[in-house]
Amino acid sequence: MARRVGMEVSIGISEAVSACDVDVISAYPITPQTHVVEHLSEIVAQGRLDAEYISIESEHSAMSACVGAAAAGARTFTATCSQGLALMHEILFIASALRLPIVMAVANRALSAPLNIWNDHSDAMSDRDCGWIQVFAENGQEAFDLTVMAFRIGEDPRVLLPVIVNFDGFILSHVVEPMELLSREEVAKYVPPYVPQIRLDPRAPVTMGPVGIPEIYTETRLAHDHVLRESKATVEEAFAKFAEMFGRQYRSVETYRAEDADVLLLTMGGISETAMSAMDRLREQGKSVGLVRLRLWRPFPFGELAAALEHCKVLAVVDRALSTGGPGGPVASEVKAALYHQANRPTVVEFIAGLGGRDVRVEDFFTIYEKAAKVLAGGTLPPFEIIGVRS
Amino acid sequence: MAKLGTDTKWQDLTLGLFLPDAGNARLNLTGSWRSIRPVWSHERCIRCGICDMFCPDAAISEDGAGYYSANLDYCKGCGICARECITGAIEMVQEES
Repeated sequence: MARRVGMEVSIGISEAVSACDVDVISAYPITPQTHVVEHLSEIVAQGRLDAEYISIESEHSAMSACVGAAAAGARTFTATCSQGLALMHEILFIASALRLPIVMAVANRALSAPLNIWNDHSDAMSDRDCGWIQVFAENGQEAFDLTVMAFRIGEDPRVLLPVIVNFDGFILSHVVEPMELLSREEVAKYVPPYVPQIRLDPRAPVTMGPVGIPEIYTETRLAHDHVLRESKATVEEAFAKFAEMFGRQYRSVETYRAEDADVLLLTMGGISETAMSAMDRLREQGKSVGLVRLRLWRPFPFGELAAALEHCKVLAVVDRALSTGGPGGPVASEVKAALYHQANRPTVVEFIAGLGGRDVRVEDFFTIYEKAAKVLAGGTLPPFEIIGVRS
Repeated sequence: MAKLGTDTKWQDLTLGLFLPDAGNARLNLTGSWRSIRPVWSHERCIRCGICDMFCPDAAISEDGAGYYSANLDYCKGCGICARECITGAIEMVQEES
């Protein structure tokens, strides 16, 4: 049965990747890298994992090598974040459009300048439309479990898309948490062997990545959009099967003390646990407030979000990134767009918190609730507000 | 697979637009892009093969006697061969329509 251990979350992800018996790992080994691939290189060197470990000169090359390995039919993994993810940018679109089920862990961090290595979601938001399935983990256990699930989801013949597992830099990546690890034998029963539908093979040559002339490109984009949308059913299946086999239930959208709440807060990632503590305290005071958390970012869980917000009057979205010169927070923009066609939609108020490693405390969620409660009572707020900013 | 064209629906596309055969670039006769063509002078040519090595489209080949010429189905007329030729044996000549 599962072993419960205290382990740094990055190391836990490495163990998940090892349990998934990957064939190829290609990664840039230096900043902004985490222990995820450092520990994987140790696992390979120890002979615990029979994989090709490619230490490479940049993240652009790392993702390119992953594309090549996956095209040859290998189960492939990499990890990065921040400037590294930005450097991968153009290859991310190629990996997804070629339908290569690479799995990547992203320890979300801010983008420079000014140089900042700390946690926020600026990196992930810059790659929103890269065509990958994207999930956000809340804690170490979830980061481990989502990594295992990512291989099953991405490699499913109905899907064949790459998957990003986002987990917050430092506040998760470098923190020791209790985790129940799954053994390779247990994972093998959950993640079937990868059977590529097409692969590069010199004995039977095919063309991958041909030119998409204007007469065809539009159709390829629709095909990509279709499969990414439809992958949600496979994601839900993977969640259900995981719960059945290992006892931990995951959903695309989670709610916490949200039943009949007038005010809901919406978060993604690690700050959700802090928000849950705040919800407990506010509920003790008799406030009608709860939490909604998006776990699945792409494909966007439109139906589940609408269901979670059914009774909500004011929704406060807490973003971890700023869309400069735009409407405010990128998650809030998506949520508002998702709700636009609903007749019975909550008023959405926007907050941005925790940029570049600024601490997000329980008290910050009290502040957000109080401001949202003022809107519930008929007050107004500016289009968005950055929590704790000095001005 | 049916040939891709203006009547191809998105549902008909292969996985990731892969093509089940290789070497499809041959079907695309990019020579139609050309406005100037390379012409070799055998008097000046020293048969070094630099033009062949530098041709970005692999459109230049050796004729068995050591001299070179371009396959005009694929030569785009970029002029790199003429630029690189040590003896100036290649002249780019205007295409007449």
